[in-house]
Amino acid sequence: MPEKPIAEGLYRIEDGAPRLIGSRCVECGEVSFPSQDACPSCTTRGAEEIPLSRRGTLWTWTVQHFPPPPPYIGPSDRERFEPYGVGYVELAEGVRVEGRLTESDPAKLSIGMEMELVLLPFIRDAEGNDRMTFAFRPVAAARQRREILEETRR
Amino acid sequence: MSTEIAIIGIGLYPFGRHEGVNAIQMGVVAANQALADAGVDWKDVHFACAGSLEVTQPDSIIKFLGLTGIPFTSIFNGCATGGSLLLNASSSITAGMGELGVAIGFDKHPKGAFSVGDDLAGLGLGQWYGETGLALNPQFFAMKTRRYMYDHGITSDSLTRVAVKNFENGSRNPNAWRRKALSAEAIDSSPMVCDPLRQYHFCSPSEGAAAMVICPARIAHRYTSHPILLSADVFRTRLYGSFETLSPSKPATDVPGPTVQASRMAYEVAGIGPEDIDVAQVQDTEAGHEIMHMAENGFCKDGEQEALLREGATRIDGRIPINTDGGLMANGEPIGASGLRQIYEVCLQLRGAAGDHQVPREVKTGYTQVYGFPGVSCVTVLSR
Repeated sequence: MPEKPIAEGLYRIEDGAPRLIGSRCVECGEVSFPSQDACPSCTTRGAEEIPLSRRGTLWTWTVQHFPPPPPYIGPSDRERFEPYGVGYVELAEGVRVEGRLTESDPAKLSIGMEMELVLLPFIRDAEGNDRMTFAFRPVAAARQRREILEETRR
Repeated sequence: MSTEIAIIGIGLYPFGRHEGVNAIQMGVVAANQALADAGVDWKDVHFACAGSLEVTQPDSIIKFLGLTGIPFTSIFNGCATGGSLLLNASSSITAGMGELGVAIGFDKHPKGAFSVGDDLAGLGLGQWYGETGLALNPQFFAMKTRRYMYDHGITSDSLTRVAVKNFENGSRNPNAWRRKALSAEAIDSSPMVCDPLRQYHFCSPSEGAAAMVICPARIAHRYTSHPILLSADVFRTRLYGSFETLSPSKPATDVPGPTVQASRMAYEVAGIGPEDIDVAQVQDTEAGHEIMHMAENGFCKDGEQEALLREGATRIDGRIPINTDGGLMANGEPIGASGLRQIYEVCLQLRGAAGDHQVPREVKTGYTQVYGFPGVSCVTVLSR
């Protein structure tokens, strides 16, 4: 299926991996996401765009248990709606970015755990495109999956 | 404040669900009640202001009160609208616009969680943020609560204790919407909304209205034998670094939220401290925020809530009674009226007229605090 980003300018692919696009103030160095021209901290204009770290730590999280009202475009009818995780991940650039989590089991989420950025197809639009958004995935879970995969290959 | 302001009349259209009654009609009832309480007529009023989220043009209310040509200001400041109305009315007196002012808040929200609306551009956000399911206030309340619980050792028992207390207070308040006390078991088995917050940890949107008549304190005796002094009324917006709802990101450095800024200034203006407050109404959008607001308003240090709630310190008969009328949890939140409902309750307490939910000792000084999107807070200190 063709993939289509949910919005332009949120992320780009570098060396096969997604990177969020933030902005860094040329004056005070504060980093914002999504990128914006004026610095919300020191008000200087003319920030530079920078790719943000792929990995960070989970600062806080929740699980969305009810289908959101519009403008949500994901599956929202009771039959197809699945609770999804949401969290803020703290990145080395000094910014905490909010995003969906690939994990929605509270038992598998904890503050401080390492997370990495992935792209998530979360709805197929009328033209048959998979609408992609960014999300954070627990690194340990990914590592575990890789190990299991390698185990089965052997 | 250069001119001391007094509240001389209060009115309330009880919060809840009122089939067939629109927001403006509720506002008219509350306003007339406040005028009657002060013993004045609408034609005596020098200026007025009103606030609402759902009513497109709040000053449409005037034709039902009387087209006397007075200055009228419509105000919307999110959940802090009520406090902003009173602040605007008192500033109008200070600015010499007249002596007798009326502030009215009214709203009537559709059922279900508050929607952020269809177009996120009006909130300074990309549409993707809503499309991907991130633009929901309950998520923020839950995530701020979780982090606070983690940082300060608060357990989910405390969340439930807050809810038990507020529904118990609501059961004692004839004006409350939710008049049934709920057990901890009932709260803990209600559906999860956003972890760690369950349905009965949250307030719901509702309908209702509240109104106040104010004048300079020096002439208050003309109208009432029990004026309530507005000792402080402070509005603040967030600083860079504050954790606020509908934020795709926040800086990794934290600063105290707008409530802390407003609260500190309010104590300074009133010349008192949190230890002098006999009764407080704080924003309990959900149980987590009542817990955080206990500390943000200076009633305890971060983390002390766990012990305070266990000993019942915030119950009506406790050391620092909080949300004695049941708060937002038992009354729901008609946004435009909610802050004035808190002030109404504190006025009742100061007059000793709160009936079954009256604090059972002398109440000389009261406190109100509202907080909401996009990071605004308004605090009042009231005394007699």
